[in-house]
Amino acid sequence: MTGSRIRARGWGWQHAGRDAAAVAGLDLDVEPGERLLLLGPSGAGKSTLLSALAGVLGGDEEGDETGELAVDGAHPSTLRGTAGLVLQDPQANTILSRVGDDVAFGCENLAVPRDEIWRRVADALDAVGLDVALDRSTAALSGGQRQRLALAGVLAMRPGLILLDEPTANLDPEGVVEVRDAVARVAAETGATLVVVEHRVDTWLPVVDRVVVLAPGGGAIADGTPDAVLGAHGAALAAQGVWVPGIPIDVPRPERRPGPALLVADGLRSGRRVAVHAPVSLEVAAGEALAVTGPNGAGKSTLALTLAGLLPPVDGSLAATEALRGGNLAEPAPVRWRPKQLATRIGTVFQQPEHQFVAPRVRDEVAAGLRALRRPEAEVAATVDGLLAALRLDALADANPFTLSGGEQRRLSVATVLAPAPRLVVLDEPTFGQDRRTWAELVRLIAELVDERGCAVVAVTHDADVVRILGDRILRLDAADGLEGSGTARGAAA
Amino acid sequence: MTAVARAAQRTPPLERVNPVTPFAAAVLYSIPMLLTVDVVSAAVALAAWLVVFAAAGIGPRTILRRSWPLLLAAPLSAVSMLLYAEPSGRVHAQVWLATISDGSIELASAILLRVLAIGVPTLVGIVGVDPTRLADGLAQVAHLPHRFVLAALAGVRLFGVLEEDWRQIALARRARGLGDTGRIRRLLQAAFALLVVALRRGGTLATAMEARGFGGPQEGRAERTWARPSTLSRADLVLVLLALAVAALAIGASVAAGSFRPPWAAHL
Repeated sequence: MTGSRIRARGWGWQHAGRDAAAVAGLDLDVEPGERLLLLGPSGAGKSTLLSALAGVLGGDEEGDETGELAVDGAHPSTLRGTAGLVLQDPQANTILSRVGDDVAFGCENLAVPRDEIWRRVADALDAVGLDVALDRSTAALSGGQRQRLALAGVLAMRPGLILLDEPTANLDPEGVVEVRDAVARVAAETGATLVVVEHRVDTWLPVVDRVVVLAPGGGAIADGTPDAVLGAHGAALAAQGVWVPGIPIDVPRPERRPGPALLVADGLRSGRRVAVHAPVSLEVAAGEALAVTGPNGAGKSTLALTLAGLLPPVDGSLAATEALRGGNLAEPAPVRWRPKQLATRIGTVFQQPEHQFVAPRVRDEVAAGLRALRRPEAEVAATVDGLLAALRLDALADANPFTLSGGEQRRLSVATVLAPAPRLVVLDEPTFGQDRRTWAELVRLIAELVDERGCAVVAVTHDADVVRILGDRILRLDAADGLEGSGTARGAAA
Repeated sequence: MTAVARAAQRTPPLERVNPVTPFAAAVLYSIPMLLTVDVVSAAVALAAWLVVFAAAGIGPRTILRRSWPLLLAAPLSAVSMLLYAEPSGRVHAQVWLATISDGSIELASAILLRVLAIGVPTLVGIVGVDPTRLADGLAQVAHLPHRFVLAALAGVRLFGVLEEDWRQIALARRARGLGDTGRIRRLLQAAFALLVVALRRGGTLATAMEARGFGGPQEGRAERTWARPSTLSRADLVLVLLALAVAALAIGASVAAGSFRPPWAAHL
């Protein structure tokens, strides 16, 4: 199998209903078998270009195309099976409910004969190192396995061009390496042309041999070997949000003096009916941050929901101290508090911001919790204005929350949680899939919660930098039944 | 005997039929069974099915697990018949609008048995059908448009994902201090959030399917192939004939016993 050739001449795309073009004036030649990393700030049209190359950008009603774009000499929308695309969200890449069927799906659409399909399915699963039964449920796969499954589904189509749109952004570190290595192996074995979009450059440097930087509304502003491009544009790219290796992020980390304990867990095990992790005993104190880490499936999110008073403990106990409850609330178990009692004491930032939104406008979204508490309208307005300004959302005050970008949605979800001024804030993967700039803003914001507002923070994260910068204490949950260093979670951060 | 034949013998009988067949059999069986409301035909049919299930190795646990909603619904419909059917014969009790009479007792037991006689075999046949096998059957055997069938199949998988979304949305409401008041409004807001999430998931699913050549530009030129064959076999014929035979037996017994009573004659 040989790789595909890409040729773009003055190519551009403007989504219907948008004022500015997503991509304009792009000139690009990619030779068969080249392995390309596509960089640029958010809004530079990287995903748009990938969709166009995959032939799934849609027709005239979706937007306006200018210039010329060709894969192996033909417009991508006229090709089928030449390019294979893997998307960022592992959930979005899974089409059918069984592993074998999911891999076979593309082959069926390409009218590959039945015997040949199952040979290809076996080969593709082998190539990505996914050693599970063909009738295994796709719902039972981890994020890393899912992305390798998607890659297998693409491979089985024997494409000349493999397109990866932030394939590892939503994965834990183990999953990132799994997927990256599978891609490297596949690219080497098949000779397919590879185009990867990813903020985290260091992950992909061992795989790619060329880096192209796109500018918003412009074409390619840099093009060359990874060393040459990162050497010349590294600092500018970092400022635009790209994770350039070797450029540190500097977030102040003052000496912290923990205040009174707010929440005490004793032999706590959480889950939905069945416990998903070993017993945890810990104290969460005001003015300090606890980082909860561990691989996917270790029960971190479930533990966070339990600490946040949203799920009842399966075993052991969880009690709020008087410092958190205040004088007029006697019930120690947060899960038995009424919603209003909970929101003013413990705030939760969910992994997917969309799950939290209730209002048609950003401003009302931040105000919703306060209005439910029947705070005076003047106070609501003052709090909302303050939070919108602090989180750089003031320009978007009238926008619909669902239309915001990923980073903006994340900041908004933090603002909604902070509005009722809880003393304990629980965050589930707050930096997931964020570019460097948004990442730094979020980490600074969380640090401020601890240092300036004296909040307690519990952050579930597998981001080693978040742990390093924020974690005063670290609780590591391990997959399956073991829990390492669980006991007290007293170890200080390095 | 070959290994394949032995494996086929061990396969539960309902997995040997094409998943489309129980639907067809249910329709063929229900039409005659809806022609009469009497105790005899329903009792005979129900008894016949229980014998069939026992012979096919479908145990009482499986039957209960698949048809339990009916075991709740059937008594409810019977009770409403018992109390509110047009009174006839001796009246046993009367409270305001409710009247229990000979006629209403008979009708209630007939309805109870009929709901079970039609519902239990239908649910046992179609509940728990693997959606993938059903989709294969609908496209390859029933020849429904494959784009529609496959889109629906992919959609079915999303239901599980949306269930988790709904749980998260509910927890998020509580975390934000909403839900003490205005339950209905909160429920509508949550439903709207779920709708938005569902549309977004549906959109990305469509992109992922398209990227794997689904509904591609050469559609119509090259026939799609199917990784899993879906065909009809003798087992399918057996199931259909069985359904017709039970219906014929039940109606025949009812006519012979003189209790055959079509619904349009119920008031006679």
